[in-house]
Amino acid sequence: MSLRSALTLRRGGHRLHWTDVASYAYLALGVVLMFGPVLWLGLSSFKTQAALLEFPPSLLPTSQKQVSVPGFDTPLPLFSVTMDDGSTRVLAQVRRVGLQAQMVDPADPGKTIRVALDKRTPLRETAFAFSNYTEPLRQFDFLLYLKNSLFVTIVATLITLLINSMAAYALSIYQFPGRNVAMVGIISTLMIPITIILVPVYLVITWFGLVNSLWAVILPGAATPTGVFLLRQYMLTLPRDLIEAARMDKASEWQIYARIVLPLTLPALAVLAIFSVMWRWNEFLWPLAVLSKSQSYTLQIGLNAFQGELQTQWNYLLAMTVVTMLPITLVFVFLQRFIVAGIANTGVK
Amino acid sequence: MAQLALKAVTKTFGPLQVIHGIDLDVRDGEFVVFVGPSGCGKSTLLRLIAGLEQPSSGQIVIDGQDVTRVPASDRGLAMVFQSYALYPHMSVYKNMAFGLENMGLPRAEVELRVTRAAATLRLTDYLDRKPKALSGGQRQRVAIGRAIVRDPKIFLFDEPLSNLDAELRVAMRKEIASLHAAISGTIIYVTHDQVEAMTLASRIVVLRAGRIEQVGAPLDLYNRPDNLFVATFIGSPRMNAISAQVVAIDGGDAALAFAEGQTLLLGNPGGRLAAGDAVTIGIRPEHCDVVDTGAVDLAVRIDLAEQLGGETFFYCSAPGIAELTVQESGQLLRARGDTLKLRFRRDHLHLFDANGQALAHGAAAAIAS
Repeated sequence: MSLRSALTLRRGGHRLHWTDVASYAYLALGVVLMFGPVLWLGLSSFKTQAALLEFPPSLLPTSQKQVSVPGFDTPLPLFSVTMDDGSTRVLAQVRRVGLQAQMVDPADPGKTIRVALDKRTPLRETAFAFSNYTEPLRQFDFLLYLKNSLFVTIVATLITLLINSMAAYALSIYQFPGRNVAMVGIISTLMIPITIILVPVYLVITWFGLVNSLWAVILPGAATPTGVFLLRQYMLTLPRDLIEAARMDKASEWQIYARIVLPLTLPALAVLAIFSVMWRWNEFLWPLAVLSKSQSYTLQIGLNAFQGELQTQWNYLLAMTVVTMLPITLVFVFLQRFIVAGIANTGVK
Repeated sequence: MAQLALKAVTKTFGPLQVIHGIDLDVRDGEFVVFVGPSGCGKSTLLRLIAGLEQPSSGQIVIDGQDVTRVPASDRGLAMVFQSYALYPHMSVYKNMAFGLENMGLPRAEVELRVTRAAATLRLTDYLDRKPKALSGGQRQRVAIGRAIVRDPKIFLFDEPLSNLDAELRVAMRKEIASLHAAISGTIIYVTHDQVEAMTLASRIVVLRAGRIEQVGAPLDLYNRPDNLFVATFIGSPRMNAISAQVVAIDGGDAALAFAEGQTLLLGNPGGRLAAGDAVTIGIRPEHCDVVDTGAVDLAVRIDLAEQLGGETFFYCSAPGIAELTVQESGQLLRARGDTLKLRFRRDHLHLFDANGQALAHGAAAAIAS
């Protein structure tokens, strides 16, 4: 189906029914709600600090036009000026003195013209401040933070997949008394917010001497109840005959796990991998607690450095936020079909 | 190749006992079929032998070795599952090689065995395919191939043909029979289909509610069933069971009243019958002859006639007899509502007591009347 026909789909026949209008209006609202902030972020990341603080805000990044005039060292800002005789001229401002501005005509820089402030309006143009992206890359240790973030995300996701799938295997393939109690116990930990266990977990991490190590970020969250639950529900749908056929085929439990169950759980593992990558990449509170040296910062913590107590460098913060969003967006774009397939398969077959 | 012995094996699931003390010996190279209605415990018994379930008590002995507590993977048996249980992510080759790899065989040996089994089962062209690209019969052959490459002590088949259509089932039945002839392995085969049991087995074990009803060669079970259950379970269409009562004993003869006013005069088997005893007369549909003249045992009304060309089935009823099936070879053109005059072949009459135990089979019970 082409994009055009997809966007002009109607209910039933060819006439526009009121439900079509309502559906499209509702969907449009959804697009604005979901995509608006992202668009705003993307455009704002190209604004200068001054343009960001301007009121009223503009959607597109704009800045005042400037012109180089012979006889002046720096480029001068351009204004549209209404002259006393009613005509309009484009003049460059040299300086402001009280309620008057001294201006020159860029074509005739020798002659200074005095203009009242309220007679001039700035000339604006669309300008992308790419320096928002290039500057921080030079000043801010972006590559180090990126490396730390990648390490945490990849290693933590691998450990999460391994631990969760082994727990799920035990809780789905084996029949033992207390199996459901164990599962409920694991699920119920979802009810405990991280803020409650922040301090005790921090103490454990300190006791292991892991503060400021990336392992302090990786290990505590490696086993996730959501992951165990997701994988277990999926594994429960695997035919028991397969496991028993493997047992008859002299396979050890490890072989059944690695060669039969894991390959067949791939859709659910993909879903969990995507979730884990998103959680880990965006994780903020816990890394902020255990990482205090800038060598071990992850990107999210590094970004926090732009936010000072007195001044926030919004332009850099926004630009780097866009950069950190890109990898996760790409992961999602390429793997989202697994999410749909995996979640659809987790339930009833 | 191996012998198997079950000694007083029981199995309990929670409060429910599904296997009640089974004793059985399976000889080397025998094709034993467990047959019974669903829920009779035949699959559970197979899983106990396989080691997929632990017996609650009793012993399982293979080749003189007690394997009751040996895990399934170490018993050296191979099983073909009803669902085939092929590994969906592996090719046909990998499916068959998996067990051999787990046995630690060298690669060349694995390849040799798999290609040989594939040739036997006509799967050579499909070795690279995944199971979902195969037809039902091919999947079934892969499942069997997976078992034979392992060269197991005993083959276990759990209703292997029940997912196939009727035509394929007949073809696969022949293949399994010729396979048994070729590899001469010990096979234990579970089915609820008595035709499979009759055609494949060297011995049939009839199970009901976790107990063995009778063990024997197919025709022994057919000709001399120990009880009414085996008599009606083996044979298709099933044996007619007619309730009767002993009305008089006259020397060596017993007069049986049945079907509101009919009488049958038979020899009193071993003098065990007394006047007033309730008995059941068993007569197979093919042993009810349709006669026009002479002595008639029973006249019935046809409720349904099935013309199969080669043979004809009549589903009939008579006063006091709800259903009676008659099988005639050839084509006998009678319609619903017609009356059939029947004569029971005396040498094929079976007599069962009130508890369903056999009193007499065939000629021994028959005298002229």
